[in-house]
Amino acid sequence: MTQVPDQHGRFGSFGGRFVPETLMNALIELEEAYRKHSADPAFQEEIDYLLKQYSGRETPLYYAERLSKHLGEAKIYLKREDLNHTGAHKINNAIAQGILAKKMGKTKVIAETGAGQHGVATATVAALLGMECKVFMGEEDTRRQALNVFRMKLLGAEVIPVTSGTRTLKDAGNEALRYWVSHVDDTFYVLGSAVGPHPYPMMVRNFQRVIGDETRRQILEAEGRLPDLLVAAIGGGSNAIGMFYPFVEDENVGLIGVEAAGKGVDTPYHAATMSKGTHGVFQGSMSYLLQDEYGQVQEAHSISAGLDYPGVGPEHSYLKDIKRAQYVPITDAEALDALKLLCVTEGIIPALESAHAIAQVVKIAPTLTKDDIVVICLSGRGDKDVESIMAYTEGAEKA
Amino acid sequence: MTTETTNRMDLVFRKLKAEGRTALIPFLTVGDPDLETTLAIIAELEAAGADILELGVPYSDPLADGPVIQRASTRALRGQVNIRTCMETALKARQAGSQLPFILFTYYNPVLQMGLDNFFAELDAHEISGLIIPDLPIEEAEDMRSRSRAAGINLVPLVAPTSSERIARIVNGASGFVYCVSSLGVTGERSSFHEGVDAFIQSVREATDLPVAVGFGISTGEQVARFAKICDGVVVGSAIVRKVEDVIPLLDSPSTRQAGLLQIREFVAQLKP
Repeated sequence: MTQVPDQHGRFGSFGGRFVPETLMNALIELEEAYRKHSADPAFQEEIDYLLKQYSGRETPLYYAERLSKHLGEAKIYLKREDLNHTGAHKINNAIAQGILAKKMGKTKVIAETGAGQHGVATATVAALLGMECKVFMGEEDTRRQALNVFRMKLLGAEVIPVTSGTRTLKDAGNEALRYWVSHVDDTFYVLGSAVGPHPYPMMVRNFQRVIGDETRRQILEAEGRLPDLLVAAIGGGSNAIGMFYPFVEDENVGLIGVEAAGKGVDTPYHAATMSKGTHGVFQGSMSYLLQDEYGQVQEAHSISAGLDYPGVGPEHSYLKDIKRAQYVPITDAEALDALKLLCVTEGIIPALESAHAIAQVVKIAPTLTKDDIVVICLSGRGDKDVESIMAYTEGAEKA
Repeated sequence: MTTETTNRMDLVFRKLKAEGRTALIPFLTVGDPDLETTLAIIAELEAAGADILELGVPYSDPLADGPVIQRASTRALRGQVNIRTCMETALKARQAGSQLPFILFTYYNPVLQMGLDNFFAELDAHEISGLIIPDLPIEEAEDMRSRSRAAGINLVPLVAPTSSERIARIVNGASGFVYCVSSLGVTGERSSFHEGVDAFIQSVREATDLPVAVGFGISTGEQVARFAKICDGVVVGSAIVRKVEDVIPLLDSPSTRQAGLLQIREFVAQLKP
């Protein structure tokens, strides 16, 4: 398999850099800085130090014995990204981009956020590194995730409610890009997922591959062999690409990305970009996209704010088209059931995002045998979701 | 510009050059507040002295645009306006007697979804002389460039104050004119410009024989006059779109509609360099 992306940031026919000319120089400067610093071992050492001493890596690869027995014969492992500082894998990328920002001499960072996890991670790293931080968040999401808004403010960040478009994650991303155009001199844009114009999809993947690299080492230690299947949730797809990437060449390791089917892929209320989307350009790159026949981007729907996104990272689109990874939809209801199952079998409250990955394993469990080893990326913890789960459950009871 | 060109935009620039004038290039979001009104506004802009017209295709995710054009897009999208209806509007304006060269200003994705073959087949049939695709930098534009050249449509490139060594590559093989972005940022009125803007425009001039226009943030007659001294064209977008927004209540009622249209005409007339 050839290395992706190529020098234009293309993953096959996906990726690239579809942005206004006003941003091109900033992206080229970013790419050059990234290439320069990532060739310097001291840069990686600095990242590794904070990942270990600050975020608590490595995260455990936990054999979920009670869940495994409940579901059948396969051995199911959980990669515990939920045990990171700030409660999700987002911090891996935020720490690395924060250090890169410092190296580039930037004094301010900005970020977009949906549920608030990436915003909290960026606000955290900004505090740690002594940088000013602005987080763009859809006005709709600031209401849904009021606690995370407060958390970011507590960490010293300014939260800017975005009132354009659908007032959700995609609009927060648009607004962050717009702001960045006019503040490029002193500001670094910490993009939270493996999406956007080149070099972001490549950079975020490389900053998240620690998930897959650790998993590989840990499973070899525990089982003496590679797993049969890796399962991860995808919105933009940063935890999934981080988990998958170190295994892409290992063709016996199956890769399953799980996207949000919301109320169902045959309703208008889903975020199933891979199942229902078509090729399109969105937020700076070519990928699968939920859009209408005239190329207007459609609103996505999911109980999980982190998966509520009409686009997907270009490398996932590539892995889908070359048939290296499989992408499947899971509904809100299936994800909630899986979430509850993990709570009672393992005493772990997963994030709603991660619950989608668990639900897929619940679904395919009958086809698995005692020789199968499955690793689920438990990308985040569910404390942030308790309120929405309560609201959803009560709503369902009333209905 | 070849001598045998029939492209309406090229002909206008040639004529203005002979007369020693600078082109006033207004921008409108098509379908804001509705398609019929857009046609009426086009006639007003022409009467006010517009030389070339940018027709903006409303888009759900307009990355290069500030709040004024975002709001106009949202209004137009509510009326189900799409890239096809925008092209049809150009043709209707021509049939109603407009002589203006039309530039379709559209983000790349609507073009992509229409299919490039289809898109180019329709452009000429709809009296479109040029294209501006703000999220298609040269690295991604190879196919569009060769198709535009073959179709005799001017694919107008944007250059930014930060384009520096990219300028030569961008203007090489461009057609129509070169669009200089006055300052770093999105579209929208502003009181000051990038400090090196004059030197920047000068460097673009030195790199190309094409007409050079400036836009992004130009909103008053004084600003137009300032740039008219050093440019062949001045684009005014958000200020006009805001004027349209301001008079929507007038446009909405038959008894005040003419007064609303007149306000737009007067606003554009006083921008004329």
